[in-house]
Amino acid sequence: MSADAEDAGRRTTAGSGGTEPSADAGVGAGPDAGSGAGVGHGASAGAGPRGADAGTGAGAVAGDWPLWEVFVRSRRGLSHVHAGSLHAPDAAMALRNARDLYTRRQEGVSVWVVPSTAVTASSPDEKDPFFAPAADKPYRHPTFYELPEGVRNL
Amino acid sequence: MSAAPDPATADLATAGALALGDDALVLSHRLAEWTGHAPVLEEDVALANIALDLLGQARTLLSLVGDEDELAFLREERAFRNVQLVEQPNGDFAHTIARQLYFSVYQELLYGQLAAGGEAAPLAPLAAKAVKEVAYHRDHAEQWTLRLGDGTETSHARMRAGLDGLWRYTGELFRPVEGLAVDWAALEAAWLETVGGVLERATLTLPEGPRATGWSAGAGRAGVHTEPFGRMLAEMQHLHRSHPGASW
Repeated sequence: MSADAEDAGRRTTAGSGGTEPSADAGVGAGPDAGSGAGVGHGASAGAGPRGADAGTGAGAVAGDWPLWEVFVRSRRGLSHVHAGSLHAPDAAMALRNARDLYTRRQEGVSVWVVPSTAVTASSPDEKDPFFAPAADKPYRHPTFYELPEGVRNL
Repeated sequence: MSAAPDPATADLATAGALALGDDALVLSHRLAEWTGHAPVLEEDVALANIALDLLGQARTLLSLVGDEDELAFLREERAFRNVQLVEQPNGDFAHTIARQLYFSVYQELLYGQLAAGGEAAPLAPLAAKAVKEVAYHRDHAEQWTLRLGDGTETSHARMRAGLDGLWRYTGELFRPVEGLAVDWAALEAAWLETVGGVLERATLTLPEGPRATGWSAGAGRAGVHTEPFGRMLAEMQHLHRSHPGASW
């Protein structure tokens, strides 16, 4: 990826004049940085350094593209639910790929995409401290409330 | 074969539907050729989605003309009324994106005009539904044009080559089609402005060279097609012709 990123950096530098090559290197460094450029793409098209990864579409394979986690809100009132993941060169394309891959049968009213590297996950080694059943701690369970009739998504 | 209606005798109301339906059908087939071959899996699905949208439009439009299967699978090459742009082979990915940009901008503007025609226009309901789909197709092509044009030296050169190679087929888009109440001059002006704007943001420029004049490009609406179209039709039609009435 770094070679492509440098290529893209040169191209962008040549096109826009004042861009520092080091800034482009930063964009290419990780999915997070790439996503920033992608988000701003529509507003500042043609001005700043576009996600350096973006230029690799013609020759790259998906392995060069960062991974994104997709969250879909299936209807109003519900929260976004993790639907899966995908590869995309930047955030704007990730959103479009998510639309094509995960909402093509009208499943959603809203989609989020998040760089997978931004997810901090619990470790399997910490299973017991984190997730040991708390069945002997009844005060933790909200069983002392009457659930109003007709509430389905509490 | 004899059951297929002769487009030459189709009345004006169906001539427009036949032209637009053939555009959608042929481009749908070209895009479907990418299935399993796109640069990445995500793009494979995106192109197939666009192809399916177009196939749905084609089915609706051709059903206004006659039996959709007979029209799609039993017509000879000279009976198709699609523009030559949509029958051009896929080439590399940038070439396909260039074709998508040219055509989806055209289709979005054209459907927009038809949808605004109100109930007097027979195709207005279909156009109003399809214009939303096509807006997404245009967005897809636009996003990729920006990334390829303003990407690497290689992607820029490939995008440039795709745009230049297909440019001579764009003049035909704005030749009036019988039966369609469209302001073609306004359509062309809006098309040039939109495509030019996208290309400028992508550090590209509109190609130079003849579009409507010149040698031969632009007779697709009259049934004259380019050489690759015959081979595409052979592949598209051979199953139905070999096994008439086959279903699955």
